[in-house]
Amino acid sequence: MAAITSDVHVEVRRPRRSVVIGVLLVVWVAAYFVLSGIDTLPLGGQETTGFHRWLTENRDFVGQGNIVFDTIRSVVDQLVVLLQSLVSQPSYGRPVPVVGWLGVVAISAYLAWAFGNWKVAVLTAAGLAFVGLQGLWQESMDTLALTIAAVLLSLLIAIPLGIWAGLSNRAFKVATLILDLMQTLPTFVYLAPLTLFFAIGPAAATIATLIYAAPPAVRLTAHAIRSVPPESVEASRSLGSTRGQTLTKVLLPMSRSTVVVGINQTIMAALSMVTVAALIDAPGLGQTVLKALQTLDVGVAFNAGLAIVVIAIVLDRVTTAAGDRPWRTASVRRKVLLGAGAIGVLVAIWFSRTYVWAAEFPSSIGVGSRIAVIAADVTTWVQDVFGGFTYGVRDAVTKGVLNPLEALLTGSPWWLVGAVVVTLAAILGRWKAAVPAVVCIGLLVATGVWQDSMVTLASTLLATVVVVAVGLTLGVWAGRNRRVDLVIRPILDAGQTMPPFVYLVPFLALFGTSRFTAIAAAVVYAVPVTTKIVADGIKAVPLATVEAANSVGSSSWQVISKVQLPVARRAITLAVNQGLIYVLAMVVVGGLVGAGALGYDVAAGFAQSELYGKGLAAGLAIVLLGVLLDRITQAAAPKPHGKGDKQ
Amino acid sequence: MTAQLEYPDIDDDNALLSIQGLWKVFGPKAQRVPRRPELAALDRAALAAKTGCTAAVRDLSFNVAPGEVFVVMGLSGSGKSTLVRCLTRLIEPTAGSLIFEGEDLRAADEKRLRELRRSKFSMVFQHFGLLPHRKVLDNVSYGLEVRGESKPDRRRRAQEVIDLVGLAGNEHRYPDQLSGGMQQRVGLARALANDPDVLLFDEPFSALDPLIRREMQNEVVRLHREVGKTMVFVTHDLSEALKLGDRILLMRDGAAIQLGTGDELVGAPADDYVRDFVRDVPRADVLTLRWIARAPRDGELLDGPELGPDLLVREATRLVLESDRPVKVVDGGQLLGVISPEEILAVVADPADSHWSAQSSVRPTD
Amino acid sequence: MKKLRYATAQWAIGLTAAALALAGCGGAKVGDEQKPAAGGKECGSFNLTVSPWVGYEANAAVVAYVATKDLGCKVVKKNLKEEIAWQGFGTGEVDVNLENWGHEDLKKKYIETDKVAVEAGSTGVNGVIGWYVPPWMAAKYPDITDSKNLNKYADLFKTSESGGKGQLLDGDPSYVTNDEALVKNLGLNYKVVQSGSETALIQAFRDAEKTKKPLLAYFYEPQWFFNELKLVKINLPAYKAGCDADPAKIACDYPPYDLDKIVSKKFADAGGPAYDLVKNFKWTNEDQNAVARMIAVDKLTPDAAAEKWVNANRAKVDTWLGK
Ligand SMILES: Nc1ncnc2c1ncn2[C@@H]1O[C@H](COP(=O)(O)OP(=O)(O)OP(=O)(O)O)[C@@H](O)[C@H]1O
Ligand SMILES: [Mg+2]
Repeated sequence: MAAITSDVHVEVRRPRRSVVIGVLLVVWVAAYFVLSGIDTLPLGGQETTGFHRWLTENRDFVGQGNIVFDTIRSVVDQLVVLLQSLVSQPSYGRPVPVVGWLGVVAISAYLAWAFGNWKVAVLTAAGLAFVGLQGLWQESMDTLALTIAAVLLSLLIAIPLGIWAGLSNRAFKVATLILDLMQTLPTFVYLAPLTLFFAIGPAAATIATLIYAAPPAVRLTAHAIRSVPPESVEASRSLGSTRGQTLTKVLLPMSRSTVVVGINQTIMAALSMVTVAALIDAPGLGQTVLKALQTLDVGVAFNAGLAIVVIAIVLDRVTTAAGDRPWRTASVRRKVLLGAGAIGVLVAIWFSRTYVWAAEFPSSIGVGSRIAVIAADVTTWVQDVFGGFTYGVRDAVTKGVLNPLEALLTGSPWWLVGAVVVTLAAILGRWKAAVPAVVCIGLLVATGVWQDSMVTLASTLLATVVVVAVGLTLGVWAGRNRRVDLVIRPILDAGQTMPPFVYLVPFLALFGTSRFTAIAAAVVYAVPVTTKIVADGIKAVPLATVEAANSVGSSSWQVISKVQLPVARRAITLAVNQGLIYVLAMVVVGGLVGAGALGYDVAAGFAQSELYGKGLAAGLAIVLLGVLLDRITQAAAPKPHGKGDKQ
Repeated sequence: MTAQLEYPDIDDDNALLSIQGLWKVFGPKAQRVPRRPELAALDRAALAAKTGCTAAVRDLSFNVAPGEVFVVMGLSGSGKSTLVRCLTRLIEPTAGSLIFEGEDLRAADEKRLRELRRSKFSMVFQHFGLLPHRKVLDNVSYGLEVRGESKPDRRRRAQEVIDLVGLAGNEHRYPDQLSGGMQQRVGLARALANDPDVLLFDEPFSALDPLIRREMQNEVVRLHREVGKTMVFVTHDLSEALKLGDRILLMRDGAAIQLGTGDELVGAPADDYVRDFVRDVPRADVLTLRWIARAPRDGELLDGPELGPDLLVREATRLVLESDRPVKVVDGGQLLGVISPEEILAVVADPADSHWSAQSSVRPTD
Repeated sequence: MKKLRYATAQWAIGLTAAALALAGCGGAKVGDEQKPAAGGKECGSFNLTVSPWVGYEANAAVVAYVATKDLGCKVVKKNLKEEIAWQGFGTGEVDVNLENWGHEDLKKKYIETDKVAVEAGSTGVNGVIGWYVPPWMAAKYPDITDSKNLNKYADLFKTSESGGKGQLLDGDPSYVTNDEALVKNLGLNYKVVQSGSETALIQAFRDAEKTKKPLLAYFYEPQWFFNELKLVKINLPAYKAGCDADPAKIACDYPPYDLDKIVSKKFADAGGPAYDLVKNFKWTNEDQNAVARMIAVDKLTPDAAAEKWVNANRAKVDTWLGK
């Protein structure tokens, strides 16, 4: 009954909604022709507002020399140095790290086997050997050491917070809000200020990584705790467990696999962040990439990027396997094997401490330089072949879509844009969406970078539309076809973990410095996550439902459009949402390839002290755009049950 | 304030568990609902419309006798689960009193409550509520573990109850390696392990298929006979209620409609709702001769065979139909009435009776 | 299936062990050829910032090489943007900056106000900032190098980003530019478009020369890229002292920069051979370009490039060492 009435409801409301929105847009365009150029709040490149200058002046408010920050810094530094001396840097008076490459490979493979299975153990050994052959052993180990330090600290903070948010509704709400902020705030915004508190180097890099990487672990821990079947919790309570007993004996063990998914995401985020942190002298592969970028050496950058991708894939598969491992305790046989393996590992460690060949990765095999040459050749070939054509595409899209959209957003008076956005929010989500819209618009004006925000908004909207279109297509395809899924997963992983710096150069060659280039980079970065979520959503549609649809003779297209997409609707909303956040995360990188606007403001604030305040304001503006778009997409999404919380 | 129901109940003195004026209201400012008569009087829909609150349990009063199987029955959403959880304050009641062995449970603090749950009450859940990361043995001994018993003691006791519920040989398997029926046996064993005075069941068998369900019901009957625990048993299956229950509380929209033995419900439904509810029951299996005996008519011969009043109609059918005289129903030498074939036929040949009863006992629920 | 799996694992372990045993019998042992750090005591270690351009890396490579090889110092290189490096003087994270481009505001803050850094003399390299076009344009339109003629060619420079005007491409946000003021005050029909990074600038020039696309962009010398492509500078109205006093009214070329060295106060006060080396270090645009080319074009490691250059220029190096 309820389902029927709500369906009728939608049937009646939808056309009305779209008509109203259409009218709204027509009115806007008409008003634009009358009012364009009035109250557009422009602000030139080097210009600042009073608010920006105030931020700049108060930048040093809490400087270094503070006992708390110094303690944190030295603790974190020591942790990083410890890990580095274990695996990557000469240490304790020896010319090599404590554990040489053979030992590291053995330990890693053993852990992968113990927590996962033998397949991922083989993958781990192969992956590590590969980065060694690339000639990047030490850099990779530095990256790994930094990643491990950041992940350990993230989890130390994130898991208790996640548990708290899992147990308390209020903590959950507050946490969601803060986590959204942490995840949309561009890294560049806090990268430079953090060096003020924690000095340049590994400590600041680790803490920046922590800020970026902790949220998924918090979110998924909370989610895991919340989705433990209430009956199990009640059963525990009904037997007289204390809260502590229920937590440790029921909630935590039953949350394990979801928490591991959170840890997996934290590791991935940390890995991508430690490469960006090379900007503040974080050691490792990021340095190699940045260096190569200075001389436009696509080959070397790609080689280092590939090492990061390989490490990411290894870590991802191992943690996934660890999460999937069933509850069972090990069989006797496995225990014996594990014991034997442990002895083997000890032997390997001993070798790696004793013999040079096992301590330092043999450098004679130049796989890395060959990869670099091939990558450079391929890039040149692509540039030569597609060069002219890509410029044509760029100009057509820019003239046909981007420029008109941008003109409408930047040319209209700010209050007109504001009124349209708020009305749109109100139509889609009543006051629940309209109130945040009003607040966001107000704050955007207050940041003083309104016009830049509108430029960025135009590119973001276009990029998101492309991301969703591509992501839906690929996702549905992969969700319906296992073989496709198998093939595209590693490519998606690579797209997601390859540091964007690596493909900037080829993109610059193909599209020149332009907003379009930034859009293309954002699409490459955001499509993987969107595709994955859609594919998982489609796969999660119960087989029986699909079979029922097939049994009444639906065509493939009917099955997709009438069954799979509607049933996977929550996943799709999430995919759009995440796609948007990923596009926004790339705004700053876009600023490095000619997108200008907010991305450039943030980058400039990072580089020039007198623009610090403006950079921070621009960073906040990016967050505000994120919140605004998030609320509107959430409101626009059809809601099957009640509120339909995020994630 | 509890007297809206007229039904036979145990007196407070003999009761193990005594519930008075119990309310559970979900929603904003739930406290005010039982307090304010104009709100308390509203039915569920009106209350929800007016205050946004749901009255899951409204003003219930009853006593449970020691050793009794007390069944709570009602349709989905009638508040059964809420009620049974209120009894040990897994859900905090909004108003009313809960007395257990003379102790006011609502006044108990966290610690005391834990002690009671550890030793006096146990619960069995509809979806078993097992811990998937623990073996059967560790699931069963969980309650002993949280109350701090030593490992050997735990093992021994767990093994006892595992044997008792017929799970021997499965100690080292994990819940997801067991069938639904076996999983619920684990739930049962876990509840029995800490030797409680009262066992609470929340629709324990509705997730099981009919054959297993019948088997499990027999198991409960057997256990009740063997260990003699007091049981509060929630179900929405009338035949299950009739089979297990000494007394049955029928609920609708959170309120009690009728409390009585099975034959009372069938024989003297309190209102049309109850009548409707029990219509499909094979009455011959429930009603006793007491319910159909009538005063002898003038001129009837009173030298027929004698039967006791608590004999089921089904059991008397053959005798009555074969006898050429009305059968006398006699209780302690006193004549209660007589029964002739027409009374029997009125019960047995009730329209749609046998046909529907066959279906209702195998109807998959939930 | 299960059996097979364990068998595989056992085999793997067995094979690994066997391989280890075999391989382990031979090979050099760790520490065999460890050489003591020569004279490390008296020089100690210092932190050298490395700014993100190859010319700087050439400075750093040579100084680090000489300090390590001749003085036995330990040099810790830190890859930092200029601003961040300046902050480092205050925290002790950075001791030496070998090539500073002006930054009067930062000098004021860190040298005069905070007193955490001091100047250590000229690098000897002259910095030039300005507007450049690719060589093919200078050849085809000889008069384009005069800024007065730029408006005549504005149409050539139109792009998808420049909104109907000519495009003037600017670079990395960390470089100070006066370009917006210049365009306005010289009455040019151009729009400043931010490329956002040095990489983007160089790629743009490379592409412009290769496909004969018009390009006008902000650039500077010395820069390794001049080894690849001799960009041609546009003559803006000549710089006169004080013509850039008011940032909003600038209508003249960028000043010539005498690039200089900055060191932390702590490092200078401690004296020591490393400080003397840094203070005496001075070379020319040609020297720097030679090393930069080896790094950027010939793909030598900084150390190898430095070694090559030092061996060829021993006399110059000796003057730095006070020999
Ligand atoms: N936590 C809660 N918050 C709000 N309303 C609740 C809550 N728990 C139960 N209710 C409502 O209380 C009423 C009674 O629910 P309850 O679960 O006790 O019913 P039930 O008789 O056990 O039903 P079923 O046979 O389906 O298990 C229902 O209307 C339900 O929606
Ligand atoms: Mg229930």
